Amino acid sequence: MPFIPHTEQDVREMLAAIGAPSIEALFDEIPSGLRVAALPDVPPGLSELEVMQLMAARARQDGRPLSFIGAGAYEHHIPAAVWSIVTRGEFYSAYTPYQAEASQGTLQSIYEYQTMMASLTGMEVCNASLYDGATALAEAVLMAVRANRRSTAARILMPRNLHPHYRAVALASASNQGLQFEQLPYERGTGQTSLEALSRFTGQDFSALVIAQPNFFGVLEDVDALTDFAHAHGALVIAAVNPIALALLKPPGQWGAKGVNIVVGEGQPLGCPLSSGGPYFGFMTTRLEHVRQMPGRIVGRTVDVDGRPGFTLTLQAREQHIRRAKATSNICTNQGLLMLAGTVYLALLGAEGLERVASLSMQRTAELSRALTAVAGVKRVFAGACFHEVVLSLDRPVAPVLQALGARGIEGGLDLSDYYPELGPALLTCATETKSAADIDSYAHALSEVLRAARAA
Amino acid sequence: MREPLIFQLSRPGRGARAQWPPTVSAPAVPEGLRRTQRPLLPEVSELDVVRHYTRLSQLNYSIDTHFYPLGSCTMKYNPRACNAAAMLPEFAGRHPLSSPASGQGFLACLYELQEMLMSVTGMRGVALSPLAGAHGEFAGVAMIRAYHRSRSDMQRNEIIVPQAAHGTNPATASMCGCIAREVAVGPDGDVDLAALSAAVGAKTAGIMLTNPSTLGVFERRIEEVARIVHQAGGLLYYDGANLNAILGKVRPGDMAFDAIHMNLHKTFSTPHGGGGPGAGAVGVAARLTPFLPVPIVARESSAENGTAASYRWLTERDLPQSIGRLTSFAGNAGVLLRAYVYMRMLGREGMQRVGEYATLNANYLAARLTQLGYDAAYPQRRASHEFILTLKRQAHECGITAMDVAKRLLDLGFHAPTTYFPLLISECLLIEPTETESKQTLDAFVAAMAQVLREAQQEPEQLRRAPHSLPVRRLDDVRAARELDLTYKSTDG
Amino acid sequence: MSNIPLELKYTRSHEWVKQLPEGITEVGISDHAQHALGDLVFVELPEVGRALGAGETCAVVESVKAASDVYAPLAGTVVAVNDQLRHTPELINREPYGGGWLLRLRPVAGGAESGLMSASQYGALVAQG
Repeated sequence: MPFIPHTEQDVREMLAAIGAPSIEALFDEIPSGLRVAALPDVPPGLSELEVMQLMAARARQDGRPLSFIGAGAYEHHIPAAVWSIVTRGEFYSAYTPYQAEASQGTLQSIYEYQTMMASLTGMEVCNASLYDGATALAEAVLMAVRANRRSTAARILMPRNLHPHYRAVALASASNQGLQFEQLPYERGTGQTSLEALSRFTGQDFSALVIAQPNFFGVLEDVDALTDFAHAHGALVIAAVNPIALALLKPPGQWGAKGVNIVVGEGQPLGCPLSSGGPYFGFMTTRLEHVRQMPGRIVGRTVDVDGRPGFTLTLQAREQHIRRAKATSNICTNQGLLMLAGTVYLALLGAEGLERVASLSMQRTAELSRALTAVAGVKRVFAGACFHEVVLSLDRPVAPVLQALGARGIEGGLDLSDYYPELGPALLTCATETKSAADIDSYAHALSEVLRAARAA
Repeated sequence: MREPLIFQLSRPGRGARAQWPPTVSAPAVPEGLRRTQRPLLPEVSELDVVRHYTRLSQLNYSIDTHFYPLGSCTMKYNPRACNAAAMLPEFAGRHPLSSPASGQGFLACLYELQEMLMSVTGMRGVALSPLAGAHGEFAGVAMIRAYHRSRSDMQRNEIIVPQAAHGTNPATASMCGCIAREVAVGPDGDVDLAALSAAVGAKTAGIMLTNPSTLGVFERRIEEVARIVHQAGGLLYYDGANLNAILGKVRPGDMAFDAIHMNLHKTFSTPHGGGGPGAGAVGVAARLTPFLPVPIVARESSAENGTAASYRWLTERDLPQSIGRLTSFAGNAGVLLRAYVYMRMLGREGMQRVGEYATLNANYLAARLTQLGYDAAYPQRRASHEFILTLKRQAHECGITAMDVAKRLLDLGFHAPTTYFPLLISECLLIEPTETESKQTLDAFVAAMAQVLREAQQEPEQLRRAPHSLPVRRLDDVRAARELDLTYKSTDG
Repeated sequence: MSNIPLELKYTRSHEWVKQLPEGITEVGISDHAQHALGDLVFVELPEVGRALGAGETCAVVESVKAASDVYAPLAGTVVAVNDQLRHTPELINREPYGGGWLLRLRPVAGGAESGLMSASQYGALVAQG
């Protein structure tokens, strides 16, 4: 039996100590009608060799296409040292650091993470991470409503050019708590949130404004104007940002006159494999004045009884296990292992390395955009400056084009037709530092062939 | 010697240059948006990073290094094969929005995981996307609310929660816009049926229960509890935190639960990772299947017909009454793959052995420890996969607390059990050995507990001043909360 | 054995009430409450000028163990809060009835003091445990 070390003798001796005749007798409090004899629908167990062969076969079946999809999850080179460290048993198989003396490794690395992310986002404090970017935004929205004493509206302004899944998650999470969401349109020319549309909320009461930077289209927003407008209306500002982009962009703590109130985002680009969507980690940073409204775990530095410095979980009274029904959230987890991967990644890259990754990604996307728009029938949709993603329009439906590219081992991007039908046939495509000039050429060449074949048909 | 902060190891101009891509002149960031001041990130070599985090790891207790009997956390061995399989480059490198056509191998694993989870729990539908147990709870309660709303039963907004419940339960209720209503638990550990009957009514949306309960005992009259709640029009929600006790022996579906969540990072041995990632898959009875969160894997055609099976994602379009999308993408896929490999390695018989040996180990420890002189909170009950000792008597007689015992165990080479939960029992230790621990390990723990008991009676200072052998001792958490120091500042030195 | 001054009135939720000159009422939490909470780390106080209903949550007291709501014993308007608690929350532990006062209210005219317990009634409640 895998992973169960007991010998027959062990079992005999243990039952004798308990005073029970058999293991089955230990279940005698359970009504016999509820006890299951067998699990016929579950296949029999496999040895490690057999299961690894099975998984290898399935992996081979899927292969590794050349991928130009971004849309909230980005392929970056993960230094080998990151997962070598993160999968050490002492990190991998440790629990939440409730016994602080036995968890200083985990606690100190969280403190280092909090420091790095607070600085990267230009804010004062950071929590130990949340599940992912989308749920972090949902938590930020709930937090803004709690923290905004001046507003009675529980009304949130969210741009249409925010990641559609983030919008969906915010709605699913907050709808039971009576929040109202208003959608802000974008300028068709630039792809930026429409300041003119925002100004229609002049004189109205809203709790918070969400600003995505870059936005879902990859376009850079006029963050100062948006931030100042919201603050002038007594609303809080929530920034949803890409952490790699922050190496080059002014951090949200410096947006507008006063800086934003809460920052969230997806930490996956920092050392986490794409892994079909998870596990990732959501980051959240904020001002010190809001720290008690911030969900999730937080680590603080303190001293022990002998005056030695050490780290411990703090502000736990906010958390679900203490405040129970009056909790700020029911969150019990931080994405410990992934947050650690992010910390090690940032330590390895440093500010210089991160800047270079960001610059090279921006450069590659510019090259990708040039190469693809050189193909007949492909046009750039938005004029605004972008980071490492771009929206392109095609002269025919996108889905069959992507399918044809897929057959050639290339994932061309995300079809936007269902999410943004007003754009016509459009796709969101991305090139990070992992794409070489040759890769970009392959894509452009394949696209050219696919479109030509489609035209001929 | 304490390990410095990584920032204290930094030197200007130092870096892990092998990790730096070449400099390029990128398109200019518009002027008003440009970053002007570098973030506080370390300037260290790659060796500095590896050495620093390796040394930090050595300050941790973990399953791989210590027996870790943390009650309600299920600290069982994390098989390395699970990690190796999930990190195969084709799985690790796959983009979440990749076409299903190039992900059939991956989707097959997830589909089979859904099927196996339904089989072991007796539920009729499963969704894998919730990212943690608490997230699964949220989904479960949201589905229950959605069900009542779909029947225009709008006044049902009360969720009944036993007094001993884990704190996430009432917190989840309030996140879903419901009111948590506590019911008493009897002296034998079971829910007080009279109190329950009085509490249910037209406003009852449902009840949240763990079985075995957080008191470590099986809710013997669960069928009666189910009848009372269902008769009042409410639904039953199962908190799967303690599924390890009954895996393969009893199924929540057979106990008439309508919605359940499973903690894959407990029962199905995915890594705890110092606090995460988890995965809180949810299972439902037939009447709740329309409300499951999306996405879910569906199989289009069957291998039995001779055509290859093909898998696709179900979305809001396929499930118009779904409570919606709870995550950016499809959930913690890497965790799900680890759980899948674990379940394939156990197979049908291995799964039954989990419940059996987890229960054997817990009952053995309970017997040995009570024979030593410790007091069980429910001495007349069978232990499930965990049990509670109360140190109330030792606290009174020797002036030591459960916290003191926990700290002393750290010195003796064991991670402490859970302390002070459940809240109902004073000075408690909640002990869960799990099935992957051998009799030798358990006997060593018993010997350590014997030493602790002797010291409590003869030299209690040993406990009160513990741990003696670790780099830090009894951190000042009052100071940590009063004088917040949450980030390093370069002026700190 | 907790301290329960005879001249004060109390609520079931462990607040105390003291009459000050000019019709002002002072509110705090009892010795029993501060002891149960443990070392206080943070106090959240209402804004001066806020109108409170009887039984409404008016403050939060937080220790490492728990964060507890404080309920207004009477309806009234907040005329003062104890600013010292912002930096020294432990005053509540040290002097729950003196320097650890939380806020002062001008009660609503004609508002009842019914529901407030005497020291001996509160003592009996606490003794029940």
